[in-house]
Amino acid sequence: MKIDVPALSLIVLVGASGSGKSTFARKHFLATEVISSDFCRGLVSDDENDQAATKDAFEVLHFIAGKRLAAGRLTVIDATNVQPEARKELVNLAREYDVLPVAIVLDPPERVCVERNEQRSDRQFGSKVITRQRSQLKRGLRSLKREGFRTVHVLESVEEIDAVSLERTRLYNDLTDRTGPFDIIGDVHGCRPELERLLTDLGYTLTRDDVGRPVDAVHPDRRAIFVGDLVDRGPDSPGVLRLVMGMVASGNAYCVPGNHEDKLLRALRGKNVKISHGLETTLEQLAAEPSEFRDEVAAFIDGLISHYVFDGGNLVVSHAGLVERMHGRTSGRVRSFCLYGETTGETDEFGLPVRYPWANDYRGRATVVYGHTPTPEPEWINNTICLDTGCVFGGSLTALRYPERELVAVQAAEEYYAPAKPLHVATAPSREPDVLELTDVTGRRVIETASHGRLSVRAEQAGAALEVMSRFAIDPRFLLYLPPTMSPVATSPEPGLLEHPRQAFETFRGQGVTELVCEEKHMGSRAVVLLTRDDGLAEKRFGLAGRGAIHTRTGRSFFGAELTDELLLRLRSVASAAGVFEELDTSWLLLDAELLPWSAKAEDLLRNQYAAVGAAARTSLPAATAALRSAQATGLDVGDLLASAERRTANAERFTAAYRRYCWPTDGLDGVRLAPFQVLASEGATYQEQPHAWHLGVADRMVAAGPELITQTRRLFVDAENWDAGVGWWEELTGAGGEGMVVKPAANLTRTAKGLAQPGLKVRGQEYLRLIYGPDYTEPANFTRLRDRNLGHKRSLALREYALGLESLDRAARGEPLWRIHECVFAVLALESEPIDPRL
Amino acid sequence: MFLTIGTDLAGEDAPASDFGFLLHKNPARPQAIDVTGGSAHVFYPEATGERCTAAVLLEIDPIGLVKAGRGKAAEGFTLGQYVNDRPYAASSLLAVALGKLFRTAMNGRCDARPDLAARPIPLEVHVPALPCNGGADLAERFFAPLGWTVDARPVPLDPEIPAWGDSRYVDLRLTGVLRLADALKHLYVMLPVLDDAKHYWVGSDEVDKLVRAGEGWLAAHPEKDLISHRYLAHRRYLADAVLERLAEVDGVELAEESPDEGSVSLAVERRTTVAAVLRELGARRIADIGCGEGALVGELLKDPMIGELIATDVSARALIAAKRRLHYDDLPDRQRDRLKFLQSSVTYADERLAGLDAVVLMEVVEHVDPPRLPALADSVFRAAHPAAVVVTTPNSEYNVRFPSLPAGKFRHPDHRFEWTRAEFRTWSQQVADRFGYTVQFRAVGAEDPEVGPPTQLALFRREDAR
Repeated sequence: MKIDVPALSLIVLVGASGSGKSTFARKHFLATEVISSDFCRGLVSDDENDQAATKDAFEVLHFIAGKRLAAGRLTVIDATNVQPEARKELVNLAREYDVLPVAIVLDPPERVCVERNEQRSDRQFGSKVITRQRSQLKRGLRSLKREGFRTVHVLESVEEIDAVSLERTRLYNDLTDRTGPFDIIGDVHGCRPELERLLTDLGYTLTRDDVGRPVDAVHPDRRAIFVGDLVDRGPDSPGVLRLVMGMVASGNAYCVPGNHEDKLLRALRGKNVKISHGLETTLEQLAAEPSEFRDEVAAFIDGLISHYVFDGGNLVVSHAGLVERMHGRTSGRVRSFCLYGETTGETDEFGLPVRYPWANDYRGRATVVYGHTPTPEPEWINNTICLDTGCVFGGSLTALRYPERELVAVQAAEEYYAPAKPLHVATAPSREPDVLELTDVTGRRVIETASHGRLSVRAEQAGAALEVMSRFAIDPRFLLYLPPTMSPVATSPEPGLLEHPRQAFETFRGQGVTELVCEEKHMGSRAVVLLTRDDGLAEKRFGLAGRGAIHTRTGRSFFGAELTDELLLRLRSVASAAGVFEELDTSWLLLDAELLPWSAKAEDLLRNQYAAVGAAARTSLPAATAALRSAQATGLDVGDLLASAERRTANAERFTAAYRRYCWPTDGLDGVRLAPFQVLASEGATYQEQPHAWHLGVADRMVAAGPELITQTRRLFVDAENWDAGVGWWEELTGAGGEGMVVKPAANLTRTAKGLAQPGLKVRGQEYLRLIYGPDYTEPANFTRLRDRNLGHKRSLALREYALGLESLDRAARGEPLWRIHECVFAVLALESEPIDPRL
Repeated sequence: MFLTIGTDLAGEDAPASDFGFLLHKNPARPQAIDVTGGSAHVFYPEATGERCTAAVLLEIDPIGLVKAGRGKAAEGFTLGQYVNDRPYAASSLLAVALGKLFRTAMNGRCDARPDLAARPIPLEVHVPALPCNGGADLAERFFAPLGWTVDARPVPLDPEIPAWGDSRYVDLRLTGVLRLADALKHLYVMLPVLDDAKHYWVGSDEVDKLVRAGEGWLAAHPEKDLISHRYLAHRRYLADAVLERLAEVDGVELAEESPDEGSVSLAVERRTTVAAVLRELGARRIADIGCGEGALVGELLKDPMIGELIATDVSARALIAAKRRLHYDDLPDRQRDRLKFLQSSVTYADERLAGLDAVVLMEVVEHVDPPRLPALADSVFRAAHPAAVVVTTPNSEYNVRFPSLPAGKFRHPDHRFEWTRAEFRTWSQQVADRFGYTVQFRAVGAEDPEVGPPTQLALFRREDAR
């Protein structure tokens, strides 16, 4: 006997002790799929037969079963389950996780059970128990279906039990093996002319019957998916049904039911339904059709599956959307969500039910496409989209091309039906599509990056970042990226130098990277600039008014709102004049840059930390030196102290000179300059694979277009042949007081045999390092100790942050949901909270 | 860091070089001892019959200081622990070195010249780089009452950038006729007090040290409160390590969290008013968002009608402080079950706060950047959606009534704005309309006929919850 069980179901074995449940389970299921009550008794009491442990054992059993079902795994319950109360709990469990409960009853003759129990040394109970269990079973047998089991299989003899072959069947909604491409079509509502036009626009060829009515449409390599609500309100619901039924029958289309089909079916079956919301038009139109057609329609609707999962689980289509935990599940609850969505129980001022904005909370991997709620423009919300653009109300009929994610729409020829509330009001945004939830960022997190695998963020790191992000950062909608930290080169073996370009060249050569670019390290602050091409575009693309943002490494705005807007306006005109928007064919642009001078942002730090150190040193050291000279003149032996004081006096002067280079007066934006050096992202594109020559070319054109605002990034390309030129250039830069340079693989993103190469290594100048290591770091006693630097952690951190940054850029360019971008940005900040030597 | 102390012993029947006996340091032999963070050297630039000056040069090893773990514990991983003024400025480290170098002199003992040690003698002290938090004037106020003539000249921050003005250092010269032991004690106490910097380490025995060093002069000093307050102030329970590090990455400094308004009574009044409003609402499940150190929840915990209290703050540090303050871990189980601490943020929706009777935002909104206020409103009014919301915020019109608050300054350095009554009403009304609440306004603190109350309160009630 063949038994079919749904691939995802809760299988409840029912039978008296000794009926062969465990043997049956072992034969047909994986050991891990079967949870037995005996095993759970053992878990909690060390005795599989300890009846006193039954209550605890079943709590454990339900807990494990719940976890398995939540994860979408078939689960078998091996317990007697002869009492209706026990079965009821299991049916409820299946309902909770929206899986089908299946009962398999094993009911061999009583003597078989008794014999088997007698053979077991660990079973103490006599035949009385089995008699009682069997009579309980018999009494409940007939009501199993009523208890909620979708299917019930009863096996009444040992032979029958042994002869079972069990097959797992795919759920009806499981079309994961169909990968498309698809054209998903929104609510048609009887608008046959628009549907014909849309299908034609999409490249389908219509087939017509002998009276010219379309009965099928075929595309050479695409399939259509209808999101339901084919009928009601519109001019030709029977015509739409005829076409869609034909397409579904011929395999050219899939269709899920809408609430209007559901109601129509009930009306066709003579159920008492309220004839309203356009049902009257459909019934009237169908009345003109032959009764066989009406029967066909009823059969068609009856056979529709409430939602489908396509393309390996990446695409879910239902009429009213679907929360993630219901994807691929089957229950009355799932069906009801698919048809009607979730409502809050309230009604709006037009008397329509207020819909629960499930899409705001959606965090799933699958793209969910649906209809049901008319909106003027389809809008992506967290990887979900509603395609109902109110065709029957005079809007348009929209299709989504999948996987291309292109929208194709045809305008309605007329308003066929007056909407209960005006179409534009329907989506006056009572919802906030970009609501971030605390659970999007807190706790231990693991982020899958394309370039560097899975990266984790510890809960404490996230906690620290939460405070900084909440208190200081700009709106996350404009915060698409945070730059990674950068590692310095390995410590130079040269006397008196901590850092030298040669180590950068050698490190990269060690990884097989020889084509390098040395870029001047600007004496400013790292800045990320989000530019938009025109006013209003930011609101359209990012849902936030403004022109963009200019923010720091931790997401703070450099300037107040007014100065930011003014600077963005200037930068926009430079980028426009340089043709960058056109070249990249984009409405927005994200630039990696340095903002100069450093004092524009860090004046307080310069004054309170650096200048103060200089002032104290310049006051105390000369006094000490003078006193030491006097002492020496009296014949005291203070030569070493005096020499030290004199050297330190000179060091203090050098330190002062070093920080002064970072200060020039700015007033508002006067004196502020930007040195872009990399294009991070634009609409639909990221540029980490573009060589640095290309990036610097873009920057150079911006310099040419706005030399008063844009500073060039000087650079030198080196290869294995001309390291000396690189060294010479660095000496020249730092000799003139420059901060140093950054050495990067010329090709930009570089994968080596050992994984991702560092995106850059900084080689800082000897004088600049006084600001980092202290004025006297060059003193021999200090220097020897400072050479011992551990770079491993810094390098690892730099790569992880780099990968997270690239991931956030990719996600932003693809237009992914805000929470997906924000989790990467947040993770970079969280990693930055790691305690690591700040001098590196 | 460096200072000199000298004398001509004018009027004394002794050569000036006898000063060496008083200090217990031989003028002919430079001496060095190890002290915390480096080595202290004593030498005499001059030691003749007419004048004798001792110099103390403290050579600080900043790298050693960090490696010894002192800096790390106090400051976390910030550059500030490597690049700072400790090697140059006269601070607590110099005071500690003085105490160690001149312990006997400070006690007034001198077996060789006991009468000189017991008598006031003419003294000159020079501290070329003294960090003086409060300006040159404060040095005058601290030293003059002790009998010193004070010449404190501010040191410019950077002579090439005159716009930056003066640094926090003064070039200090003190002259006076005092007992050497007193002079040393004055320096021992005043150097760290004037510096008032956070790297000053306060141990549990510091109170005793202050009592000993202040004996005979501190009790009568007109600034004794300020002196002892500052001397003992920098005991830090929790280092803001991470926050400081992330701030530094940006090249900015964290605002010192000084108390606002300088008025304890207003804070108490605010708590009492909010608690009364919550009682009036009959709220039993309440969240205090931005609980800080937990003063309000501590108050609410006393009300047996309140069944569930959630205290949130964006700062994990604040929550630890609040738990400590309320002795959370030692509360009886039943009390502890009523109170939950959660790290949360008003700019993110937090489902753990959904469906409460009341949410309190006491002095919170003004710490949020204005562009992020819509996110705050969304998370509180839409996501948490409590039956009532109580918001308090400063009334900026009242600021003119705080004599110590300079015009145009906010009451707290982290305030992003302060609203007038009209501004607060506008915002509140818009939020109420948008999320289906009604709002009424109350005063906290005595209402000034002209500028209103010091704190304003808005009570929002969900329309369907009335």
